[in-house]
Amino acid sequence: MEKSAKLGTNKTGVDTSPIHSKEMASGAKQYTPATGREQDLNAMRRAAIEDAERLGSVPIPGTAKGMLKSMMEKFTGNQPAIFVNKLGERLAFERAGTRVYEAMILKAEVANAQGELPFQIPIDRLQHFHREEGEHFQLLIDCMEKLGVDPTAQTPDADVSALAGSGMMKVISDPRTTFPQCMEAMLGLELTDNAAWELLVTLAEDLGQDDMARQFKKALSEEETHVREIREWYEKCVRSQASGATH
Amino acid sequence: MSIKLFDSKGIPLEKQKFSLKELTPEPISKLDDDAYTRVRVILMNGIEQQANRFQHMAAQFNKDLREPLARIRRTEHHQQTMVNWLLGADHSPLETTIGYEQVAIEVTAAIAQQEPDPYLSQVYRFGLLEDFDHMYRYSALMDRVEGKDANNILQSYTDVIPGRPTSEEHRHPEDDLRDHYDRKAAAPISKMNALTIMSGEYQTRDYYMNIGPTFTDPVARALYAEIASIEEQHVTQYGSIIDPDETWMEKWLLYEANEAYNYYSCMESETNPRVRAIWERFLEYELGHLHTVAELFKQHERRDPAEILPENLPDPIAYQSQREFVRKTLEREVELRANGPKFVDKAQEAQRSLDYRTHLNSEGSPSETVAAGYQWQPGTELNQRFARAS
Repeated sequence: MEKSAKLGTNKTGVDTSPIHSKEMASGAKQYTPATGREQDLNAMRRAAIEDAERLGSVPIPGTAKGMLKSMMEKFTGNQPAIFVNKLGERLAFERAGTRVYEAMILKAEVANAQGELPFQIPIDRLQHFHREEGEHFQLLIDCMEKLGVDPTAQTPDADVSALAGSGMMKVISDPRTTFPQCMEAMLGLELTDNAAWELLVTLAEDLGQDDMARQFKKALSEEETHVREIREWYEKCVRSQASGATH
Repeated sequence: MSIKLFDSKGIPLEKQKFSLKELTPEPISKLDDDAYTRVRVILMNGIEQQANRFQHMAAQFNKDLREPLARIRRTEHHQQTMVNWLLGADHSPLETTIGYEQVAIEVTAAIAQQEPDPYLSQVYRFGLLEDFDHMYRYSALMDRVEGKDANNILQSYTDVIPGRPTSEEHRHPEDDLRDHYDRKAAAPISKMNALTIMSGEYQTRDYYMNIGPTFTDPVARALYAEIASIEEQHVTQYGSIIDPDETWMEKWLLYEANEAYNYYSCMESETNPRVRAIWERFLEYELGHLHTVAELFKQHERRDPAEILPENLPDPIAYQSQREFVRKTLEREVELRANGPKFVDKAQEAQRSLDYRTHLNSEGSPSETVAAGYQWQPGTELNQRFARAS
């Protein structure tokens, strides 16, 4: 079964039906009055942004004691709440990332079996990354519990981060997408993840959480490997397809 | 090919079976399939949805019919599932919306032309110009908020130009009610046309009500809320052209005949062989339903179904670009308004509708805002803007 993108009967562009398209374009000019301004739309959007309430709040710790209590006493302002929000975001992202790698491993197994690419995708590396995503998830559970924060709660940044990643997850779970298409989505997720771990290390250091910062640095180092290898495979996938198409 | 309704027995109900795997067929290609394949998929989902809705209501009012209704309805439900799952997940909700409006325009225009009753034809043309405007507004939204070209979905079959402005479509409920056809005098095709268009509009209303709140952009949320309100008016309009004195059994017969007619129309024009096979199969299923219902009709009403149904299915609905007809209608009838069941010039519109509209629009009009100064260009309006700048 041919799985890579190829030349075919794509009907989405105007060149597919030049007569219809010409009529459509001339009709748009002839029948559309040139009134109003596009800026009206942004005025409506601006007003909505100005009036909007937020998505929700960072959960209040169930047991405000231990590390979080001392952190809240030591640091004024929102710093501890932001840290909790970001810990919750990372936790949710790593949990989802574990599932994403499961979907990627399946895709890779089928791609290898069907010879979608002129080389074998290293499943063992994907399985390794999958395991690390799960370990990072567990690390964050432990960190939140130490702080007395409920690791099952969905923080606002966890919510938004899942929304941002939802398109990439759709790409990976669609049976019709090719392995390179999935790799591009994966690269987007890993690049975001990488930057987020860097920030989490800094936030932990800012709050004097040296143990956490050290553990986060280890996770960051592993995530850097994910990004590097995913990027290399992605490029190799696309370039091998391109060279295959021209020979 | 002509289908003789009473000679074609179709597939008996007891042989109409599905596995769960069959309910989720391989989707059509958004990129490579013809836009009319998507149009047919969306319409048939609406036809099945309305059949299901009608049959549930019928069961609430007719104890004796509950068992056969339940049996047929289960098959209809699975037919709807199989049809609707043909839509690929790479369609964004807004892309599917463009598909829904393409259905409303292309199918309503085809039906307005085949409708023998001049008043009903006028009703369809009136609604057509409103859905036509929705296409323009949603295309502007797609271009300006998502940075996409609606014509990737339309494939140049359907114009993106203003119709009767959506902001002026808001009417008092009394001005959405039309005169109904006479069950004893109307042609069978008139009755079936009414069911087709009402079904399409009803699913559009429900679709917008479901997906509208899933948008994050405030203009998108507002536009869906506004256009959903017009779709509710359209369901009111098209529901009101149906004779309320038809019996439940009479209506059920018509629904089944209309489903058969629509699958037949789809089958005759389908270009995707795999989808065509589904239309063929479901035509046979609907003929099976029709014959079951025809027997019930004889039992319960002691009447001949031939009093209600035509001998042959009418000529199929034309699935081809209706650009010329739509533009002519636009030029002649864009200024028409409704006053009760009558269509009048803008100047004679009822005060109640003017008052209703003024209040509804009093805090802004999303449909005007989203499309202010919008003119469709191949490749989006940004294409034009940067061409000018360079």
